[in-house]
Order: sequence, then C-alpha cells, then structure tokens
Amino acid sequence: MVDMTGGVFFCFNGDTEFGGRPARGQERGKAMHIIVCIKQVPDTTNVRINPETNTLMREGVESIMNPFDEYALEEALKLKDAHGARVTVISMGPPQAEVILREAMARGADDGVLLTDRAFAGADTLATSYAISQAIKKVNAHPDLVFFGKQAIDGDTAQVGPGVSEFLNFPLVTYVKSVKISGGTFTVETQMDEGVDVIEGNMPAVMTVVKDASTPRFASLGGWMEAKKTAIPRWGAKDVGAVPDMCGLNGSPTKVVKIFAPPTKTGGTRMDGRDEPDAAVEAILKMLQDKGVA
Amino acid sequence: MADTPIIIDSEKCRGCKKCISACPFDALYMEGKLAVLKPEECRACNACVKACPFKAISANVKEEAKKESLSDFKGIWVFAEQHHGKVQEVAYELLSTGRRLAKDRGCELAAVVLGHNVTDSAAHLIAAGADKVYVVDQPELAEYEANVYTDALNQLIAKYKPEVILAGATAVGRAFFAKVAVRARTGLTADCTALSIDKESHLLHQTRPAFGGNIMATIMTPNHRPQMATVRPKVFKMTTPDPKRKGETLMEALKLVTAGTKIVKAERNAANVNIAEAEIIVAGGRGLKKAENLEQLKKLADLLGGVVGVSRACVDAGWISASHQVGQTGKTVCPKIYLAFGISGAIQHLEGMRGSDTIIAINNDPNASIFGIADLGIIGDLFEILPMLIEAVEAKRKN
Ligand SMILES: Cc1cc2nc3c(=O)[nH]c(=O)nc-3n(C[C@H](O)[C@H](O)[C@H](O)COP(=O)(O)OP(=O)(O)OC[C@H]3O[C@@H](n4cnc5c(N)ncnc54)[C@H](O)[C@@H]3O)c2cc1C
Ligand SMILES: Cc1cc2nc3c(=O)[nH]c(=O)nc-3n(C[C@H](O)[C@H](O)[C@H](O)COP(=O)(O)OP(=O)(O)OC[C@H]3O[C@@H](n4cnc5c(N)ncnc54)[C@H](O)[C@@H]3O)c2cc1C
Repeated sequence: MVDMTGGVFFCFNGDTEFGGRPARGQERGKAMHIIVCIKQVPDTTNVRINPETNTLMREGVESIMNPFDEYALEEALKLKDAHGARVTVISMGPPQAEVILREAMARGADDGVLLTDRAFAGADTLATSYAISQAIKKVNAHPDLVFFGKQAIDGDTAQVGPGVSEFLNFPLVTYVKSVKISGGTFTVETQMDEGVDVIEGNMPAVMTVVKDASTPRFASLGGWMEAKKTAIPRWGAKDVGAVPDMCGLNGSPTKVVKIFAPPTKTGGTRMDGRDEPDAAVEAILKMLQDKGVA
Repeated sequence: MADTPIIIDSEKCRGCKKCISACPFDALYMEGKLAVLKPEECRACNACVKACPFKAISANVKEEAKKESLSDFKGIWVFAEQHHGKVQEVAYELLSTGRRLAKDRGCELAAVVLGHNVTDSAAHLIAAGADKVYVVDQPELAEYEANVYTDALNQLIAKYKPEVILAGATAVGRAFFAKVAVRARTGLTADCTALSIDKESHLLHQTRPAFGGNIMATIMTPNHRPQMATVRPKVFKMTTPDPKRKGETLMEALKLVTAGTKIVKAERNAANVNIAEAEIIVAGGRGLKKAENLEQLKKLADLLGGVVGVSRACVDAGWISASHQVGQTGKTVCPKIYLAFGISGAIQHLEGMRGSDTIIAINNDPNASIFGIADLGIIGDLFEILPMLIEAVEAKRKN
C-alpha cells in the first residue's frame, strides 16, 4: 500500500489551543479574515523510484513550501496590505511541516495552525479536503476568503481547493491570477485554457491561485524574529472534530495500487539532419501525427 | 476476525498461493502453508475469492451487502464539456475510449451535456459513440459556474447511478469534478493518461503521472461509486464519427441552485494561453540568433495549436517577455509535445520541461545536452528545418 499523502508520517497529536497575534486591521474593528492553505512538498519533482520496492525514494530531498502556495499567500498578503486583514495559514502534514508555517508568518501571515495526526496519514484528496475544512471551521466558521495554490507539485491533482469549497459550501473560483475586493464583493481574473475571464462574486469564497499572480515577497529578518515568537498550535483529528471514518486511509475512496517510473527518457531516436533535412522534417511530422497533433 | 472484509478457511487452504498473485493490494501473505490476510491492506475487491481453487476464501457477508449496493451503479458516462454550444475535442476522445471500456465492462456508454442551446450536440455525441445522451439545456448553464454545474451533475448521478464517469482534465473539468466527487463522497483520479477495466475485479484502473511527470501511479476506487477520473486531453485518439449510429437523447429539466459567482468578461483566444497549461510548446533558445526569428516559432505554434516557450537566454536578450520562459526561474511545463529549437539544454532549462510527454529537439551541435532527454533529436540547422517543417504542416492542413 502506498501512503497517499506521499510518504509523510503523522505522529503528533497535540491539543494546543488556537493562538496567534491579533491582526492590525482587526484591532480597528471588523477586518477581513483570510485563510491560506499551504502544503510542504519535496524541493524537486525529480524523485526516483526504488526499483525493488516500487516506493518513492525521498532520502536527502529537502522540503519546501509548495511553489503555488507562495502565490496564494502573496495574494492574501497584498489584500492585507491594501485593506487590513488577518491572514491565517494552515498546513496538514508531519510535525516538520511547521517550518513552512513559520516561513509564511515571517512573510506576513498573522498566525498558523498545523494539522498533524497519524489518523490523517494516507489521505486522498477527499479525506484531505475534509480534514482541512474541519480545521478551517475551527479557526473561523465565517472567514472572508480561503486561498489555495492551483496544485501541489507532488500529488499534482489540483483537487483539494475545490474539495474544500464543497465541504464549506463556499463559491469556488479556480486559476485566479489577480484579486480585487470592494465591500463584500470580489473581482478576480482567472486563467482559463483559452484566455482570461473576469469573475465577480460575494465573499466568502474559495480561490485557487496560479503562478501568473504577483511575485511572492521575501521574508524579512524582522518577520522571522516575530514569527519565531508566535506559538503554532498542533491539532489532531479529535481537535477539529473529524469523524475517524472520514480521515486518512479509511476515509479515502481512491487507492494507489502501484507506482512506477515512466518510460525513461534516455534520449530516443537521434537523426543527422544536416545532409538530409527532408528526412528529418518527415520524422518530426510523423512523431507529431503519432501524438495526435498536426 | 469477523470484521475482516474476507475470511480465509484454514481447513480448506492448501497453500497454493494463487490468491497472493491475484491480490492487487499485497494484502495476503503466506504463514507456512496458510494464506493470511493483512486486513488493513485489504480493499475487499474479492479477486482472491475468485482466484482460490479450493473455495477457501469467502467474502464477508457484511461487506457483501455493501457490494450489492455498489452493483446498483451501471454504465459509463462521459461529461461532454462544451463552450457556447461547441463540444470540446476531449469529449470525443473520451467517447472513443469510453466505447472500449464499455465493451470490456459489457455496459452502456452515455454522454452528459450541460449548457444552453446545446441540444444539437447530442447527434454528434451519438455519432462519436454514445448510446445515450443526457442533455440539460437551461439558461443557468450557459456559462460554467462551479456550484451550478456540480448541482446539475450530482442530480443526474443520484438519479441514474453511473458506475464510471470521465471528464477532460481541462480547467473546467478538473475543478468541477473535484466538487462533484466530494458531494458524491467518492474518489476522483486526476489527469489520467491510461484507463482500463480490470478483468478480475471489473474495476477501473486509472493511471496518472504525479511529481511533475516523474512518476506514474495506478489508482482504483474499489468501494465507492461512481468511479471518477479526469483524463488529460489529447491522450486518446478520436475515432471517425459514424453518422448512422443510433442512440437515444434524454432531455432532463432540473431545478438548480443559484450561481455563487458570475463571469463579467471572457477574453478567450489561443494567444493568451498560459504556457504552464499548454499542451504543445514550440520553444526556442539563443540559437534563434535574433528576436525577429521568434516569428517563425510563433507561426509553427499557431499551426499546431500551441504556444511559444523560450530559454532564459531569449528573455535576457529582451526578445520576449518573461512569461514565456521555461525553467527553474521560469515556468514548469509538462505539455504533450515540447519542440526545442536552438536550446542547449542547460540543467536550469531541463528542470522546467523534463516532464513533457514527448520532446523533440533540433540543434546543430551533436553534443548538445538537450539530446540526452529528447525522444527525437535532430542534429541540424534550425534555419533550414523550421521553415521546411512549417511548410510541411501547412501542406498537411490543406489536404
Ligand atoms: C503518486 C500519487 C498519486 C495520487 N493521485 C491521487 C488522485 O488521483 N486522487 C486523489 O484523490 N488523491 C491522489 N493522491 C493523494 C493526494 O496527493 C493527497 O490527497 C494529498 O494530500 C493532496 O493532494 P495533492 O497533493 O494533489 O494537492 P492539490 O489538490 O494539488 O493541492 C492544491 C492546494 O491545496 C492545498 N493543500 C493540499 N494539500 C495540503 C495540505 N496537506 N495542507 C495544506 N494545504 C494543502 C494547497 O494550497 C495546494 O496548493 C495521490 C498521491 C500520490 C503520492
Ligand atoms: C540561477 C539560474 C537560473 C536559471 N534559470 C533558467 C531558466 O529558468 N530557464 C532557462 O532556460 N535558463 C535558465 N538559466 C540559464 C541557463 O543556465 C542557460 O544559460 C540558458 O538556458 C541557455 O539558453 P539557450 O539554451 O537558449 O542558450 P545556449 O546555451 O547559448 O544554447 C544555444 C544553442 O543553440 C544551438 N544553435 C545555435 N545555432 C543553431 C542553429 N542554426 N541551428 C540549431 N541550433 C543552433 C547551439 O548549438 C546551442 O546548443 C538559469 C541560470 C542560472 C544560473
């Protein structure tokens, strides 16, 4: 059986209460509350498969914040800069995923929560969406916006954001590249297959963010100092009131039965087209046709 | 013990190991001459029950009851995504695959169309292989909105109980199917590149790339229905439509929820395509020598329905905007086809495109690193090959 979360192991089941410093905007009255979900992923998608066991070899691979999630966080922080908002980051993962929450706080998020519990291990996107939506409800049952990256670079499904929108019963906008808000409404540009749409709606909403959005900011030294001081609560399945049958492997309808390396690209056919350019063009054309193009 | 999905009778087991090779989940092992179950691995697919020549393995009745309700779900559905009445090509590709799956499963193939003024499309879908077409033709469905589409499809699922549903892994399909699957509390496999019906279990085997195309995974949804998958466009070939095929069109009138968002503007044209999402990328590097030569790449890209990508060298030279850059500090792409003209294949470039399904490289240096990962490597002068290729594709189009 393959661990669907991609080999992570959950081993801390804490019950620290939700902490964090109050947002600047919040002190002034009713400010927005934006939640950003961030995932810790291997630093490269260039993972290898152990040919004997057919499992992923992850030794020595560093972990980072999912690159798309940096863009999601940046959109939230830009809204915070412009309108004042509390920005909360949530991650589900092993205890060491705490570092990406700290990094997000160093960049400007106000507080963070780590969802970590063995019971979450092996979750597919249904079980992941459920666990995260339970955590969101505990953080705030009425947030204004919930941001996700377009997809995680390891699991690559792009299903968790839409899944959470379903559990929260919030409108969903995917592939967002810019966000503007005014009063209780938002206007976003989305990158669709064939161009850009402009979409309007009322908050609350779930949005997934693409990499064409604004370049993520760096964490400042002051930000890191501040972030280090803030406690990050660790919540398990019980803390968020998650039903065991809907968590982790038990709550996952999909089962990964096999993983394998794709046919390796060790360089395929090589042709010298210097003397016979016609044959070379013919070969390209044939390959394009075989793939259903041209 | 009674709670395990299958029960092994130690009196009858002869230790022949047939069940072990039949199990797709590695949920059985031998203890001496006796087969033993690892209950936490078992997915109750019952492959071992059928495989045992001595009837030593039986399905637990409680699990069997669940199975029975699973057997209420019948038929294979294809979601026929359309934009303004035009059915997307991927729907036709899925119908051709759907026909193969329906044959292997011995069931019906249906298409589902959601939209407004879309009823005409039913005839095309039948010609492409559908036995039935469910059409929901209502003004609320004119433009895609996640919640309204989810509501419509889930109502149809609840009413007709399909066993399998497929959609194209497009911007629309990937987002809205994820909602549909959650609402139906079933599994969804993303962005599949291969599908088949398992002969033993009759389950859908769904194979997909993950980790940016560096690994492949085969996924099943054994105990939930429908089994859902999104399928990458252009993976399967369309079959030639047969206008004489007979089929049934069923009009469904639904009471739908109100939309959560609305589209105020849609600027859709191929030139806007985000290269990270593109299926075909025609890329160039410093070997192009000057900005004007990018026009040629653009021409080929347009002909193939693709977009232009470049190495950082081109961006640094100011030939084109950074949004076209592929690589470590640019975009990571995994198109179906990546054509590289005059790109050396620096590691930072390869990092961003090695997940491409098919890589074709043209370079006049026989030792260029890009050849190391190219499926087809042409040693040659791009200024000779590129215009000839454009001409050849144009000629092809005319026929
Ligand atoms: C090889 C392989 C193939 C898989 N295929 C499937 C499949 O086809 N179907 C399926 O249901 N499951 C699949 N899984 C399981 C899936 O990877 C996990 O459920 C994972 O927890 C979430 O999916 P993802 O990584 O694809 O995230 P995505 O849905 O791509 O992530 C989108 C966004 O959701 C947020 N997010 C995702 N995970 C977290 C998290 N842990 N904490 C905080 N935010 C998060 C982030 O904002 C992220 O940008 C697969 C796993 C593996 C290893
Ligand atoms: C931190 C860092 C990040 C970077 N990030 C990226 C990145 O994201 N993306 C990226 O692309 N690069 C990136 N680079 C730069 C990278 O190292 C290379 O310098 C760059 O990719 C080279 O681009 P090129 O292949 O177009 O040019 P070159 O390496 O100069 O190659 C040009 C090629 O064209 C061929 N050629 C010349 N004339 C012809 C002809 N007539 N016909 C056919 N072939 C011809 C030559 O044989 C040669 O192989 C990064 C570098 C660093 C240090």
